[in-house]
Amino acid sequence: MPLISPWRADFPAIDALQRQGQTYLDSAATAQKPHALIDATVHYYANGAANVHRAQHLLGAMATQAFEDTRRKAGEWLNAGASGQIVFTHGATSAFNLLAYGLEHVFRAGDEIVISALEHHANLLPWQQLALRRNLKLVVLPITDAGVIDVEAAAGLITPRTRLLAVSQLSNVLGTWQPVRQLVALAQAQGALTVIDGAQGVVHGRHDVQDIGCDFYVFSSHKLYGPDGVGVLFGRHQALAQLQHWQFGGEMVLQTVYQTATFRPAPLGFEAGTPPISAVIGLGATLDYLNGLNQSAVAEYEARLHERLRAGLMQRDGVQVLGDPHVALVSFVVEGVHNADLAHLLTEQGVAVRAGHHCAIPLISGLELSGAIRVSLGLYNDSQDLERFFTALDQALELLR
Amino acid sequence: MSLPINARTALETFTGSLSWEERARLLMQWGERLPPMSDEEKTDERLVDGCESKVWLVGDVIDGRWQFRAASDARLIRGLVALLLARVNGLSSQALQEVDLVSWFTQLGLSRQLSPSRSNGLNAVLQKMRQLAG
Repeated sequence: MPLISPWRADFPAIDALQRQGQTYLDSAATAQKPHALIDATVHYYANGAANVHRAQHLLGAMATQAFEDTRRKAGEWLNAGASGQIVFTHGATSAFNLLAYGLEHVFRAGDEIVISALEHHANLLPWQQLALRRNLKLVVLPITDAGVIDVEAAAGLITPRTRLLAVSQLSNVLGTWQPVRQLVALAQAQGALTVIDGAQGVVHGRHDVQDIGCDFYVFSSHKLYGPDGVGVLFGRHQALAQLQHWQFGGEMVLQTVYQTATFRPAPLGFEAGTPPISAVIGLGATLDYLNGLNQSAVAEYEARLHERLRAGLMQRDGVQVLGDPHVALVSFVVEGVHNADLAHLLTEQGVAVRAGHHCAIPLISGLELSGAIRVSLGLYNDSQDLERFFTALDQALELLR
Repeated sequence: MSLPINARTALETFTGSLSWEERARLLMQWGERLPPMSDEEKTDERLVDGCESKVWLVGDVIDGRWQFRAASDARLIRGLVALLLARVNGLSSQALQEVDLVSWFTQLGLSRQLSPSRSNGLNAVLQKMRQLAG
């Protein structure tokens, strides 16, 4: 029985790609965009661009209003309530760097930062480099064969020396939900700060930062069907108060003379320079669009499509699925076949999937692989996309074996 | 300028409207024709950085002309590298710096393989070659 996405027509690029014979199955890298975002961006540029938080004129007021509306919507999307604030950055990576530099002063030599073995480079390298700068220990939580952070092991590795925990909510390679609530509780019991990488998780289902209990939650707009160039950082008030200013210039300043300056608190104090105004406004339109969808229908549809992808791969000879994926994506390798060869032949057939290390080199090496193919889904994909992928896969394997 | 015989054969083989399957089969056949490299020769210094698959490259100058040998653990990149070697082996250092490989792969109907977004390593192999010859 075919699975038909009722939301496919909301994403014009999917149709355009199909006319060019391209099947898009790389949404975990970046998602296609809905009409609502494209219209809002065109509207903003066609009706008058202006800088935000500066000018008295009408255009400036309108842009600032739209910009701040998105801040409110992003907070609502995460159910931040009055618990904290939303800071806009230039991407998720930039948000992690802001944290790693802005929190540097809380660490003393010998303190520990805890991450997990499945972190994306964005949530690994800023901490690794901070550890090297400050002579800290980077503790890596192991994962189980199913691809989930081992909570039992974590209980022994999160100690009074732990100053900060930074873990992913949903693995970008394994498609597995991580026990973030339990890990956050373990870290908080030791008085550590907690950071959740929601880059993949935020795209699937609704999440509640108050329920997770984390100090910081990070995601990028472009994976959530929004524009690129915007990252969203939620921080609890008490945690944001510990963050020192990192990048300087523009409207983040309160007062300055030549020799010294004082700075604004969050959020504006951490948004140096002109922010990506059109993209933030576009993200607001995307969130409105997503809010208008039937969330349980989306979740159910995504689950069925994912199951079909997973089952289709598992029934093929020699295919080894990485971990035990729950949602959104499946990564796999094929016995005796180099993933670069497979990727080459899928590309030749117009199937857009991701091959390689997926910005998680230590994880891929830890699994004793040189790379893997990742197929990832958006809410616009349907079972025909999967059939085209499977046909292409079968033909590629026939050639290669 | 006359092309090496291998290059002429490549041009005769890869022109025309090949289907993706025919092109892939031919690439794999060309890859099989690369002279084998022993495991001892596959050292880390010879590994080309920036490839999804492993590519090793050795270059020697014999009578003022470059002779490259290469190996890869992936079959299609092996074929692409074989086509690259078909064009550059026998060139002087000067000619190697000047050879237009974009045009070479375009003539073979494989221009997309050299695009900057491709991480298949062909560009990296090319760079390493020019480094060796530089």
